[in-house]
Amino acid sequence: MTAILEVKGVTKRFGGLVAVNDVAFSVDEREILSVIGPNGAGKSTLFMLIASFLTTSAGEVRFRGERISNLTPHSVARRGVVRTFQETTIFRGMTVRENVIVAHHLRAEASLLGYFLGTKAARHDHERFGASADEILDFLGLGDQRHELASNLPHGHLRALGIAIGLATDPAVLLLDEPFAGMNHDETMRAVEMVRKVRERGVTLLLVEHDMSAVMKISDRIVVLNFGERIAEGTPSEIQSNDRVIEAYLGTEDDMIGL
Amino acid sequence: MTRSAQIGLVATFLAAVLILVPWLIEATGRWDLYYTLTSVALLSIASAGVWLTFYIGRINIGQGAYALMGGYVSAVLVVKYGVSFWLTLPIAGLACAGASILIGVTILRLRGVYFAMITLVLTEVARLSALAMPITNGAKGISNIPLPGAVEIFGITLIPDFATLESVKPAFYYLAVILMILCFAGMYRLVNSRLGQLCRSLQQNEELASSIGVNIAYLRVLAYAISSFLGGMGGAIFIAISRSVYPSSFAVQDSINFMLNCFLGGLGYVFGPMLGTLVLYFGWDLLFLTGKWQLLIFSTVLIALIVMLPNGLLSIKLRGWRARP
Repeated sequence: MTAILEVKGVTKRFGGLVAVNDVAFSVDEREILSVIGPNGAGKSTLFMLIASFLTTSAGEVRFRGERISNLTPHSVARRGVVRTFQETTIFRGMTVRENVIVAHHLRAEASLLGYFLGTKAARHDHERFGASADEILDFLGLGDQRHELASNLPHGHLRALGIAIGLATDPAVLLLDEPFAGMNHDETMRAVEMVRKVRERGVTLLLVEHDMSAVMKISDRIVVLNFGERIAEGTPSEIQSNDRVIEAYLGTEDDMIGL
Repeated sequence: MTRSAQIGLVATFLAAVLILVPWLIEATGRWDLYYTLTSVALLSIASAGVWLTFYIGRINIGQGAYALMGGYVSAVLVVKYGVSFWLTLPIAGLACAGASILIGVTILRLRGVYFAMITLVLTEVARLSALAMPITNGAKGISNIPLPGAVEIFGITLIPDFATLESVKPAFYYLAVILMILCFAGMYRLVNSRLGQLCRSLQQNEELASSIGVNIAYLRVLAYAISSFLGGMGGAIFIAISRSVYPSSFAVQDSINFMLNCFLGGLGYVFGPMLGTLVLYFGWDLLFLTGKWQLLIFSTVLIALIVMLPNGLLSIKLRGWRARP
């Protein structure tokens, strides 16, 4: 397996606070890798650094050998590394289908002027995006809600819509920020299946997640952060028996990490 | 609304503004209405620009700055360099678009009330610059601007010299209305193409828009440049009609009115600024009859309208015409 994404010695300082300290790991092609850690461990900051929503203080992130840190979010997305959001961030005033269609931006063949003039390429894009959006919505079980206004969707469907938006960009690596937060057990299990199906489409997945049982079920490998530092890395079973990890979740017993 | 109903409505509108209104004015002898309606058409062009910046999620109270700049660019070129008015029209628009790109690159990073405040200041900056710069002739402004000349191609007169016309009022009316029609046709096309969808994505969530690969900085500046282009064109024609331009030709009050036109017509409707301008302009004129109560009644009605119809006047009936593909 070759590494598709490499995080090399990435550090982020906010004034005196070191949010992420010299973190390094790599993600293999078509792998599901989860980043876990207690609150404030720097997981979300790490995500923002990978997607260039923040600039690094030191170190770099490479995608297929090319540096993608300290660019702009849209140019990182253009290269194939796309982030979904922790909050239920969607285009609230559009229908579900419109949300996914607009997210096809990176696949556009027509120019902006072409869209204004309604050229052949623009009409072709229009048809292609519609068909692809329908396929993605059916794939994620949102087909029946496609004409619903996005702000009217229930919580679980919003998460799926977030992933649908991500898939519409045709990503090589999809960053999922807490995809199982606020879900009950059944919903989580369905979401875990959904993430697995996404991987079967050939997408590499990087997750930040709190839900230990879901993480243990879904991940090929896990990276554990604590106070901005990487304290462990390994398969779910290795992580479960790692003393430093248990210590990091201080005061917690084994049951908290899903044993 | 069906396709044929839309075509019918557009045809009715075109017939009304291009044939019916001039005929009625000739028949009733109310020639002053030409000036009023010309002003409405020009102000609605500038308001359409403001509407576009609303459409990408920015409150723009600075269109007066570009209207003033457009007016000065046209006036200076016509008076000092003898350039044909018709040529100065696109130049004024492009100059404003160029200036707005330079300004927009920095200020469009701001959002909400911060962006609004900066744009409000822009109008004052434009006025003070016009006062201070030698080329604008300070407070005395530029007056006696000649009327637009003829346009001829291969000896065929496309547009007659306005100075030779019996009355320039209908000529300016047609000029303003035709440009307004072109402007709103273009806006309708923009909003109902994928461009409109991208603008809405910006309005609703910029972070998400950039994470799906939209170059939000570029799109914001593009929308702002189009907005300023329209403001500059509108201002340039306005100055050609009044044949003089002063630093106070477009002031903060005008910038606020451009914004109110959009609010009143409806921010979700591409034709909102047109209706808003018409209602606001005529409403203000009609209330002149109430004398000293004019401003009080005007403001009260405006506040009531905004409270009762937060989505604008067009939200009453034309729900089928919502600006979406």
